[in-house]
Amino acid sequence: MEFTPVSATIGGVLIGLSASVLLLRNDRVAGISGIVGGALARPRELSWRVMFIGGLLLGGLVASFVAPQAFGAPLRLPIWQLALGGLLVGVGTRLGNGCTSGHGVCGISRGSPRSLANTALFIGFGMLSLYLVRRFAG
Amino acid sequence: MTRSHLVAFGCGIVFAIGLVVAHMTDPHKVLAFLDIAGDWDPSLAFVMGGAIAVYAPAWRYYRRNGTPADTVFTIPSRRIDARVVFGGILFGLGWGLVGFCPGPAIVSLPTLAPSVLVTVAAMLVGMIAYRLVSGRG
Repeated sequence: MEFTPVSATIGGVLIGLSASVLLLRNDRVAGISGIVGGALARPRELSWRVMFIGGLLLGGLVASFVAPQAFGAPLRLPIWQLALGGLLVGVGTRLGNGCTSGHGVCGISRGSPRSLANTALFIGFGMLSLYLVRRFAG
Repeated sequence: MTRSHLVAFGCGIVFAIGLVVAHMTDPHKVLAFLDIAGDWDPSLAFVMGGAIAVYAPAWRYYRRNGTPADTVFTIPSRRIDARVVFGGILFGLGWGLVGFCPGPAIVSLPTLAPSVLVTVAAMLVGMIAYRLVSGRG
């Protein structure tokens, strides 16, 4: 993959703006696993979560027409790998109360040791997991 | 429908655009960040850096000026416990297998790519299963 620091930083700034507005206007943390997991669990906080997820889906829908290349080539992986990976992402982000956005962006911005530890672990174990699957199952 | 609903909707759209612009919706791009033994692409770190550069001052401003809305915002815990450690490990192991974390997975859902559908379905099953087993929200 080509290193793209400019588009990566611009995209990151947009994510930071979105998270900042959600914090300053709505007093909420823009953590996607928390928003999705919370929508599955807590009916009283359902409506704003559904709206946020609706925004994510609308953004994705428009992008799939105007910028389909942003989604890359189809992921050719065995179904067990997709299912196991998705399952671990779901369980792990709920157990750890956050993912790349909630811990990786919002938590690190607060200087939270909890989020820093979680982020270091999911990046480190992500690297290990990819290495092992490419080495032994790829 | 209140103003805060529209704010949440708009924030979702901008968040999705950010992921698309950064190409974080391409799992190959994300896996390239994790591929330190191969052709490493550090772009993902710049996405996090760009987001933190905006959110960190926003957080400082928020803490100084209190909460503008009428809801009471509970500041997330800072404590490192077993849950956050094992949660990070399991999430990382899964992330390295598929190249999707929750945000990009949801944003990619409208493409209806079979790999995305399987990953998101499994992710939601994992979230629901965790809740049923643990009894936590």
